[in-house]
Amino acid sequence: MSDKAQTPVLQTSHLGIDFGGLTAVDEFNISIAPTEIKGLIGPNGAGKTTIFNLLTKVYQPSRGTILLDGKDTRSMSPVQVNHAGIARTFQNIRLFDQLTVEENVKIGLHDHIKYGMFSGIFRLPSFWKEEKRAHEEALKLLDIFGMADEANVRADSLPYGAQRRLEIVRALATQPKLLLLDEPAAGMNPSETEELMNNIKKIRDEFKIAVMLIEHDMNLVMGICENIVVVNFGKIIAEGTPTQIQNDPQVIEAYLGGRKEED
Amino acid sequence: MDFFKKIKKHTKISFLNYGIVIAFYFIIQVVAMSGHLTNSLKGQLIPIVSYVIMALALNLVVGISGELSLGHAGFMSVGAFSGVVVSMSLAQTIPSTGLRLLCAILVGALLAGIAGVIIGIPVLRLNGDYLAIVTLAFGEIIKNVLNCLYVGMDGAGIHMSFKDTASLNLAADGKILINGPMGATGVTKLSTFMAGTILLIVVLVIIQNLVNSRTGLAIMAIRDNRIAAEASGVPVTKHKLIAFVTSAAIAGAAGALYALNYSTIAPKKFDFNTSILVLVFVVLGGIGNMTGSIIAAALLTILPELLRKFADYRMLIYAIVLIIVMITTNNEKVRAFINGLKKKPKQEEAKNE
Repeated sequence: MSDKAQTPVLQTSHLGIDFGGLTAVDEFNISIAPTEIKGLIGPNGAGKTTIFNLLTKVYQPSRGTILLDGKDTRSMSPVQVNHAGIARTFQNIRLFDQLTVEENVKIGLHDHIKYGMFSGIFRLPSFWKEEKRAHEEALKLLDIFGMADEANVRADSLPYGAQRRLEIVRALATQPKLLLLDEPAAGMNPSETEELMNNIKKIRDEFKIAVMLIEHDMNLVMGICENIVVVNFGKIIAEGTPTQIQNDPQVIEAYLGGRKEED
Repeated sequence: MDFFKKIKKHTKISFLNYGIVIAFYFIIQVVAMSGHLTNSLKGQLIPIVSYVIMALALNLVVGISGELSLGHAGFMSVGAFSGVVVSMSLAQTIPSTGLRLLCAILVGALLAGIAGVIIGIPVLRLNGDYLAIVTLAFGEIIKNVLNCLYVGMDGAGIHMSFKDTASLNLAADGKILINGPMGATGVTKLSTFMAGTILLIVVLVIIQNLVNSRTGLAIMAIRDNRIAAEASGVPVTKHKLIAFVTSAAIAGAAGALYALNYSTIAPKKFDFNTSILVLVFVVLGGIGNMTGSIIAAALLTILPELLRKFADYRMLIYAIVLIIVMITTNNEKVRAFINGLKKKPKQEEAKNE
């Protein structure tokens, strides 16, 4: 693939964060190509979600730089990072519970609906035009996951799997360059996981975006990721294609426990 | 009927609310014309409208934006006293009472809105219950400031002092507009029930259209999940501020309407109890439910008058009524009954209201 030749959509160097005396993430260097699907795996507590929180600026990094499309995100807030092109989902689902499915997606479209507060209050023509466009756009996005029929259902009354899918649709609605998925398959059965895999690929191909995902389901990770980064205790211990990762002794040690004492 | 089905649910609710207000207006007009309107109810009309507007404004903060304000009476008094000063000082310039009332309401809303910005900018950057604490303090501070505010007017213009009436240095033809703890005295009554109803409709249009737009959706998203809203690219402080300042400005407008219904109005009218009273309307009507706020505010403003014959036991009965309402609205059977009513065609529901 020619991915390597293009400028990476995301590049981090020496990224790290300390919580008090604890170094949660250190020397995290990765590079994601514009249409790459990258996996981020590691044992529980390895710092995977912390890395997502650093990339989206929920936490401010203690050191290192994040380049998004060549731009430094140092001074950006979470909102600005989203506008610059990173969208994410959450490990513990964070939907807007009291809003409908369609309204949840419209929040994702917030920055792309172009009318002001006064057009909204006085119902000027731009309100009707943009609302109509947002409605159509939302349904189109929901259709990717076959959820257009549930557009008027309240988000908190959806089944668990559908809530996870809705989070992805909402993230996608912000028109990101990089989509971060935090355990998208958690709580899904094998057939749902299979469908999710196909959908993630479809999203990448249709929207031409990069995807980075945290996942414990190895079938999914090995099945769709072109590259995998393995972290343990906040540091990268291995990086490579699924085959390389599966045969890496350090990875096996991290997951299954090593025989450190004998070394 | 197909047409009705196509209309979105919140559009139906909006028009139901306009319907309730207009129906209430016409019912009162018919009763008044047939001569059955008692004097006590007649005197209550503008307070009812003012409190309904207050409840709607507070519901925007409590129900839609999910923040708690315990000092909305403070914004009401800012609007009330600035409205009084405007209406009195313009008495010669603008002879038309309607136009003068409009000016008073607009200035009241503007100043209360500015007070909202001053409080909102630092406080709404924080997460948690800080707004409740700060607005509580604001309500008390405003009350005390107004208690020692003296405003007078003569040929040279408006004079202000925080000491006493003498230090206003008014000319011989001067007139005291606001007299410290006595408040505003000798106010020309400008508010009419019709003007109040028009203001109420305008407020309903503003609040409902705001809530059902991109901005309102963003405000509700922040209420439901702040972190996810930020991650979806919704600026948090900006939208909390929009909700809070709009609410403060509307409370100011309600205050101006309320004050210009009386010939004297004292700052202590807008104390902590008034803030809590409005909060009771909102909670009892259902948080986030505009129809509920309208009905609860109207009924609970009339109720103390209706209970007048119980004399000393009035507030006791009032409390009991509140408790009964809370228990019954949470009763499964009553809820099923209300839901059953909702399924019937809209016209019937409007009648039931």
